[in-house]
Amino acid sequence: MTSLIAILDLKGKPLIQRSYRDDVLPSYIERFLPLVLDFEEEGQQVTPCFSNQGVNYMHIRHSNYTVILALSRRNTNSAEIILFLHRLSQVLVEYFKELEEESIRDNFVIIYELLDEMMDFGYPQTTESKILQEYITQESHKLEIQVRPPMAVTNAVSWRSEGIRYRKNEVFLDVIESVNLLVNANGNVVRSEILGAIKMKCYLSGMPELRLGLNDKVMFETTGRTSRGKSIELEDVKFHQCVRLSRFENDRTISFIPPDGEFELMSYRLSQAVKPLIWVEAAVEHHKGSRVEYMVKCRAQFKRRSTANNVEIYVPVPDDADTPKFRASTGSVQYAPDKSAFVWKIKQLGGGRDFLMRAHFGLPSVKSEQDVEKRAPIVVKFEIPYFTVSGIQVRYLKVVEKSGYQALPWVRYITQNGDDYSLRTALDKGSAPIVPM
Amino acid sequence: MNVFSRAAPKKGENFELRADLNSEYRDKRKDAIKRVIANMTVGKDVSGLFPDVLKNMQTEDIEQKKLVYLYLINYAKTQPDLVILAVNTFVKDSDDQNPLIRALAIRTMGCIRVEKIIDYLAGPLQKCLHDENPYVRKTAAICVAKLYDLKPELVLENGFLDQLNEMISDSNPMVVANTISALSDIHTSATSQPSTSSSDPAIFTITPTILNKLLIALNECSEWGRVAILSALARYETDDEKECEHICERVVPQFQHVNGSVVLGAVRVIMIHMRKVSREDFNKQLIRKMAPPLVTLLSSPPEVQWIALRNINLLLQKRSDILSNEMRVFFCKYNDPLYVKVEKLDIMVRLANEHNVDALLSELKEYASEVDVDFVRRSIKAIGQAAVKIEAGAERCVNVLLDLIATRVSYVVQEAVVVMKDIFRRYPLTYEGVIPTLCANLEELDEPEAKASLIWIIGEYANKIDNADELLNIFVDTFTEESYSVQLQTLTAVVKLFLYKPDTSQGLVQRVLNTATKDCDSPDVRDRAYIYWRLLSTDPGAAKSVVLAHRPPISLPRTTVAPALLDELIGEISSLASVYQKPAATFIGQGRIGVDSMQRRGADLADSAKTALQTVAAGQASENLLDFDDEPAPEQPTGLAATQVLQQPAAKNFLSGTSANPLDDLVSIFGGASLSSSAPIASGAPALDPFYELSGVSSPTAAPSASKQQEDLLGLF
Repeated sequence: MTSLIAILDLKGKPLIQRSYRDDVLPSYIERFLPLVLDFEEEGQQVTPCFSNQGVNYMHIRHSNYTVILALSRRNTNSAEIILFLHRLSQVLVEYFKELEEESIRDNFVIIYELLDEMMDFGYPQTTESKILQEYITQESHKLEIQVRPPMAVTNAVSWRSEGIRYRKNEVFLDVIESVNLLVNANGNVVRSEILGAIKMKCYLSGMPELRLGLNDKVMFETTGRTSRGKSIELEDVKFHQCVRLSRFENDRTISFIPPDGEFELMSYRLSQAVKPLIWVEAAVEHHKGSRVEYMVKCRAQFKRRSTANNVEIYVPVPDDADTPKFRASTGSVQYAPDKSAFVWKIKQLGGGRDFLMRAHFGLPSVKSEQDVEKRAPIVVKFEIPYFTVSGIQVRYLKVVEKSGYQALPWVRYITQNGDDYSLRTALDKGSAPIVPM
Repeated sequence: MNVFSRAAPKKGENFELRADLNSEYRDKRKDAIKRVIANMTVGKDVSGLFPDVLKNMQTEDIEQKKLVYLYLINYAKTQPDLVILAVNTFVKDSDDQNPLIRALAIRTMGCIRVEKIIDYLAGPLQKCLHDENPYVRKTAAICVAKLYDLKPELVLENGFLDQLNEMISDSNPMVVANTISALSDIHTSATSQPSTSSSDPAIFTITPTILNKLLIALNECSEWGRVAILSALARYETDDEKECEHICERVVPQFQHVNGSVVLGAVRVIMIHMRKVSREDFNKQLIRKMAPPLVTLLSSPPEVQWIALRNINLLLQKRSDILSNEMRVFFCKYNDPLYVKVEKLDIMVRLANEHNVDALLSELKEYASEVDVDFVRRSIKAIGQAAVKIEAGAERCVNVLLDLIATRVSYVVQEAVVVMKDIFRRYPLTYEGVIPTLCANLEELDEPEAKASLIWIIGEYANKIDNADELLNIFVDTFTEESYSVQLQTLTAVVKLFLYKPDTSQGLVQRVLNTATKDCDSPDVRDRAYIYWRLLSTDPGAAKSVVLAHRPPISLPRTTVAPALLDELIGEISSLASVYQKPAATFIGQGRIGVDSMQRRGADLADSAKTALQTVAAGQASENLLDFDDEPAPEQPTGLAATQVLQQPAAKNFLSGTSANPLDDLVSIFGGASLSSSAPIASGAPALDPFYELSGVSSPTAAPSASKQQEDLLGLF
């Protein structure tokens, strides 16, 4: 429950706002930024929710430029409201591609409509942007065609409208695994997890019933079947709201009526130990006051038949480094002063291969005493197609529709870096040698 | 102002807009409305155009209609007399063929908070509650709550509440969900009114029949509907163990929902109903199923992570076994916002044990070399907490701290010294070998807390440090320039030194007592100096037994909120109360909670007052636990949680009125009511407080002393 929602610019000024209840006056919006500044001045952290004079401020940041703020006087369900604010920003992005001052000013009419439809009296209502787009559109409606609320808004199946027709019925499945991992200075993996997602593109007619089979270990165990080949243990699974949760709880069957078009069917998490797919280490030679040299080694630690694409290796350098010189045995290297790093880009990195590169930077001769050295980790980005770390497999996807058509499922696998694939292996020369795993 | 705005302006933007609003061309009029709304958005006053905008209300163009409605919502209050002109269109629209328009009309009417409109709302609302289209019904359900907020008697007169109760059986799950939201909202408004009796029809009691309907709807409705239903399930009260098990079983599948607030809502329901289930294997299984979804929440956006972390923190205080093997998932990412990192640190220490302490330490050491000073300090604090918590790992913690001190980064060294002092207090006489290293950094310390810590260490080990008198001499020389906390420590340390080595330090103690009593402007310092002086001059033996008394060892509290409050907060999981870790009464608006209601609910208040007090005391205690407690302590610790809390320096802060936020909160809630209610709290505490019996803290002797101390505290405000 919330009383008011506002989208603010950097200076804390509301770009657009909507009151749902009158127990919080809109003037409280203007107090948000001064309060935040006060916190910062006093050295307190600015947390997403805080309370001041009986008013609760709940906010999220969208990119670096926009804040979406919700106000309330009650002991609100904060998880619900913060998630709603994120959903709101997603919907706005899907409508306008970008959420920034200009797009908000240009589209205020539609944003008001959306705010009216997505929340009533402070309670979240319909937030599926596909459904919203069916009756809140950017083209003004002609008088002849009267829009009506799509059945889906209130149906038990609130994510799919009836009467969808395709000439060719097809389903595309993308299994995407993102690897998060942290390697410490000794070369050991301290933390690793796989975040998987199964994304679907669904071009199916009518109201199809789908059933998805995975090589899920728990499912094999509960049904007493033995699996051919490897089965995997999914630690936590999250489903799109179309999946029948009680069915999954009972016998691990994933059955659902899919939304039309593109959506994320499920996500899963495994915290099994992952060997770094791409290993990077750097030896750093610091000559205080004159220069710093790097020798970076990278190795692809996956099977030879796979290839990693678009590999980007970010190696941190001091903020004040200048005159970069690079030499690499493959790929290209660029200095990215805005990130205080240089980037080694390798278009294609074959499994089992390793490469070296050297970098040389000048350093200013005067250095302030106070300067604490930042020790950012090496960060790696990559994509490995036709491969999953976990070994997850789609065993089948059954499509049943009452008209009895045949549908073709297509499956693709890809493994990529997560938002935190980092190695603390940039070490000063002379300190303990790295023991690679 | 109204006079001016109603008189037609002759020129300017509003004049042009007015002309366009009255244009004969449809497009021009619509465009003008858009411009009016645009002006409204940027904060220009367009209320003067009210009648002109209103003329455009009756239109087939739904977008235009929405814009006019939006205008009405914003400006109806400024023109209450003119709003009546809109009623006709509203009533007509609520009868439109198109359900979208019917719903829009009823939704907007509920938002226009003007009496004249409200009186016309009942009729259309009556019809819409029975509309054939579920979209209209779900909108109408919420509208009842809006009406109740404005004019409760109108809701009762028209029997809307009964109709809502019938709608719980609606065939459409979305309608059921919104009905539940509306009934719960009305319930909340009603219970915050002073005059509400428990038989008030607005009180929404969940009966077993309703329970079954909710459990069915839970699986079918949208994510937000599930959140509403889960909050209602959390309020269901039963003592039937079988029923509780049944609820838990039906709610568990919601852990797999992609929406984090559904997951937290399910956690809340299960934590509440699990209390009544005595089968430990059943509970264990629930706890086991709870862990993975909680961990997954850490892959959400940072704001959601933060809420999850705050709630996980509470859950761990209740059930420390929930995530016992998962410490590594809480390791900080380099790019995490600071507010996330801080929460993760706290949880990491909570989950630390002798098996994972090595991993924890190497991680904390890494954090201690990051750039953010605040985070670095907190990481070093965490190392100290780990040392205090895990005896087997203490030595490794000390070694890490020594490594950090060797970096000679000023704030790292100072924080490490402060932390070392706690380790000395926890493990007396164990790490004396470290003292020379600490003393070597004496000159680098410039923060009072670090200085005070080092002085305390020197005083404590004065008999083992050969040059203790030299070291303390440095501080005595600059005595008057130091801050009070350093002065107090210097004073105590010198007295300790004197008691250990009376022969060599007679001059020093004389000098410090002289300076402290004559040249010092802090009454605390002067008083303490006088006490020492008299003690030393009358009976040095007694002085020894007081100043060098055995001190109770410190320990890391397993909980930072009092047990009674913890149970309350666990029942509020995912709400702001659980996120702030304070009872709701301390931060929600005071407007509706008047003195009368406080008196009427005397018994309730006694409980909540107690919980609030405990929060404050516990919060203070946890902050201060690792601070000094080396006052001459004549009272022996009784070992009872309640009284111990008050023996901590917290109580001292409390009495001297120096404590920070929590006390303010406390004053604000009890500001009006404390005088009338302090008596029941104090005298009734042992008998009235059910939490006391539950938590098992109380023993017959403890309760009176605790309540007596609290009476003292209450006497303050």
